[in-house]
Order: sequence, then structure tokens, then C-alpha cells
Amino acid sequence: MSAHALYVLVAYGISAVVLAALLGWILLDQAARRRELAELEKRGIRRRSQGAQ
Amino acid sequence: MSDAAAQSRSWTDFANPARFLALVERVLPWLAAAAVIVTALGLWMAFSAPEERQQGITVRIMYIHVPFAWLSMMCYVVMAAAALGTLVWRHPLADVALKSAAPVGAAFTALALATGSIWGKPMWGTWWVWDARLTSVFVLFIMYLGLIALTRALDDPSRAARAAAVVTLVGIVNIPIIKFSVDWWNTLHQPASVLRMDGPTIHPSLLWPLLVCALGFTLIFFTLHLMAMRNEIWRRRVAAMRRLAARRADAAGA
Amino acid sequence: MLALYLRDLRLGVRAGGGGMTAIVFFLTLVATVPFAVGPDLNLLARIGPAILWIGALLSSLLGLDRLFQADRDDGALDLFAMSGETQPLVLTVLVKCLAHWTASVLPLVVAAPLFGVFMNMQPAAIGATALTLLAGTPAIAFIGAVGAAVAVALPRGGLLVSVLILPLAIPTLIFGVSASYAAVNTPAPFLPPFLILCAITLFFAVIGPFAAAVALRQSAD
Repeated sequence: MSAHALYVLVAYGISAVVLAALLGWILLDQAARRRELAELEKRGIRRRSQGAQ
Repeated sequence: MSDAAAQSRSWTDFANPARFLALVERVLPWLAAAAVIVTALGLWMAFSAPEERQQGITVRIMYIHVPFAWLSMMCYVVMAAAALGTLVWRHPLADVALKSAAPVGAAFTALALATGSIWGKPMWGTWWVWDARLTSVFVLFIMYLGLIALTRALDDPSRAARAAAVVTLVGIVNIPIIKFSVDWWNTLHQPASVLRMDGPTIHPSLLWPLLVCALGFTLIFFTLHLMAMRNEIWRRRVAAMRRLAARRADAAGA
Repeated sequence: MLALYLRDLRLGVRAGGGGMTAIVFFLTLVATVPFAVGPDLNLLARIGPAILWIGALLSSLLGLDRLFQADRDDGALDLFAMSGETQPLVLTVLVKCLAHWTASVLPLVVAAPLFGVFMNMQPAAIGATALTLLAGTPAIAFIGAVGAAVAVALPRGGLLVSVLILPLAIPTLIFGVSASYAAVNTPAPFLPPFLILCAITLFFAVIGPFAAAVALRQSAD
């Protein structure tokens, strides 16, 4: 592999890593929020708009 | 009331968080699928496109560097539009849009700088140079970091959002500077070759993969942005529910 | 308006005010650079305008979080916001910025030639740098007002102000230094960057107070 190909590889590699990390952070955040919402639902706490139904 | 309202299709769908979330649930899988397919297609086109005469294989970096740079600016424009929504129209989702866009924009800006630097080393012989475009994109990155800090600094999310909105709008002057910097100061970074008055100067065999990649990454951006907005809405909902529960517990105990 | 200007001026110049601190900080900065960089006089002369500009920038940032803090603490800020018909908040902010600049930054501009001598700069460079500082530092005060207004309610606001303001102040710095260097290196023209610097100041003289007023009104809600 030529030296220049290495640059290309590193560039694409870093991009993949950063985008994956970004996606991973968003997914972790999402899972945590879902967990919290489920837990609150379980404890019977409703939102004001839902409670009115 | 809820059913009929949930089915209305005017643009005010986006104003109500509940309706927005319902919309996101419907749209997101398609958006994510489209993002993956278009990006994969773009990258395949990028690697089957001819190599450029002078640069050889390193021109392949262009297919990610240029979209990242475009997206870093586009994200800021999205944030500026959200800032206007917060300050002028008091749109309820504008705060959420601004706060959740900032980390995504910062990531794309950082990637634009990183891929540009890696491309610059074989092409110009240096990892970094303080020419006008690099400097202004670096400034943009710092502005993203400042906005990320600001949106998380104040406890009251709506006040934090309005403060961030003001700062975002003041900083919008940087975007035209970035765009035109390569024309005003002819230093190192190459001048505009796609969005020009006379039309693109890139050969179509290189232009098409570039445009497809740009579209793919734009779809990725919006997918991530919508997911982040949904998380933020849930975060606020959880906080509100907890406050409500605490108040009820207080009232019950009193 | 004049009364407000004089009041802020007097407050700034008092012992507890930021004026003296800013000058001392500026002096310390300029004095530290030769220690760090080494006594090579040619090198000092070459980086002189840049160091003076960076010093002025950082010293101006020092006093910025104090721009609205005292008024917020004693409630004057709410009064300013409410008296919107007799004196628009934008105008109030503009006057406060000018007072802050006069009290805290103008002494720096006046002291800059002396420090230029410390840095072994040529007279042309000293004159050009002082002139660009005079034209450009108001821009930093106006931009800084936005940051100060946004961070007025934050307990540790000072640092965040600097983080927010610095990126916006960089073009001012670039053109100020560019004009200063142009005065010494003859092929480069002095007037274009200098005029752009003046334009930046005028531009932010409008945008800065306007955005700061919006931010103050938002945080008062």
C-alpha cells in the first residue's frame, strides 16, 4: 500500500470512528431516556396532558 | 381531539412536541435507511471514479472532506434558523433544535478540519497553515464548543436557549466569511470549484460522486439531528414529570 | 445619556473598577513576553504588534463580565429595561460600552506606544499599532457586550464570556495586526486592512448593543 493510500485510509477511518461515536452517544442517550420514561410510567406518574384523559 | 389533531398535515405539525415525536417515529426509519443507502452509493461511486491527475489516490479524501465542510456550515445555518425561531416566533421546538444540533455540527466541523489536515499533508506538505479558510473554520469549531457549553450552562432550559440563540445569530457573520474567504484571500486553500457564479469547475466524473456523497452525509446529519432532538424532548419530559411528581408528593405529604 | 456615560466612567476608574487592573494586566503581559521569548530584539520587534494586540484583547476581556454585573446586582438593569420609551435599552448598552471602553481600554491604547518601545518596535510600527488599537478595540468592547449580557446571570460567567467572545473577536485581531504589519513592510498597503477594521468596529457598534439588549431583555424575563 502506497504512503498516499495510508492517508486516505486514516482519513476515512477517523471519519468512521467519529461518526460511529456520535451515533453511539445518541443511542446511549436515547436508551437512558427511554429507561427513565418507562420507570416513571411504572411508578404511575403521568404527564399533565395524559392525566386529563 | 387528539386523533384528528394528530393527523393534521400542516407545517404546524412541528410545533407540538407530541405531534413532532409522532412524525419522527414515522419518518426516522426511512430517513436512516435512505442515509445509509445514499452514502454507501456515494462512497462506491467515489472509489470507482477516476483518480485525479496530480493528486492520485488522495483525491478520494475530497469525497468526505468537502461534504463535511459543507455540513459544518449548513448545520450552523440550521442553528441560526432555530435561533430566529426561538427569538422571533417563540417556536417551542426551536430551542430543542438548536441545542441538539450543536454537538452534531461540532463533530462534522472537527471531521472537516481533520480530513482536511490529512489531505493537506500529502498535497501541500503541511498538516496545518493559518490561511483564511482554515482559520475561519477553526473559529467556527470554537463557536460550536462555546454554544454547546452555553446551552448546558443555565439550569432553566428556555433561558439557556434564548442566550444561545442570541450568540448564534451574532456569530452567523462567520459563515459568509468562510464561504468567501478563499476568494478574498488567495493564500493556500483552493478557491471555490463547485458553488461558483460560473458553475462548477470540477469534471463531472468527480462531481457526481461528490454530490451523492454530500447528499448521503446530509441525510446522515438530519437523521442524527432528529434523533438528538427526540432525546432532548424526552429529557425535558422526564424533568417535567419528575417535578410534577415531586410537587404531588409535597402536596400529599403536607 | 451623558449622565450614564459619566457615571459608568467614574465607576470604572475608581479603585475597585477594572480600569487600573486592565492596564496592570496589559503591562504584565507585555513584560512577560520577552522573558518567555528571549531577548532577541529583532524577534521582539517582529512580534511586537501582535503581542500588543493580544494583550489589548485579553485585557479588554478581563473587565467585560463586570459590564452589567453591578447593574444587575443593584437592580439598575431592570430599570434600564423598563424605561424603554425614554431611553431604548440599545442606546443604554451602547453608552455603557463606550464608558467601559473609555475607562478600561483607552488607557491601554495610550500606554501601547510605551510598551512598543519595550518591544523594540520601530516608530512607524508603534504609531500604526496604536492607531489600529484605537480603531479596533471598540469593536471588542461591542462584541464583548453580547457575551457579558448573555452571561450576566451565570455565577461563573466570566470564563464562558471569553469562550464565546474570542471567536468573534478574531477577525478584529487579524485585521488590526495585518494593518500594523503593513505599515512596516512597505509593499503591503496599510489602508485596506485599516478601513476594514474601522468597518468591523462600526458593524459591531450596531450589532453588539442590539444583540446585547435582546439578551438582557431575555434574561430579565
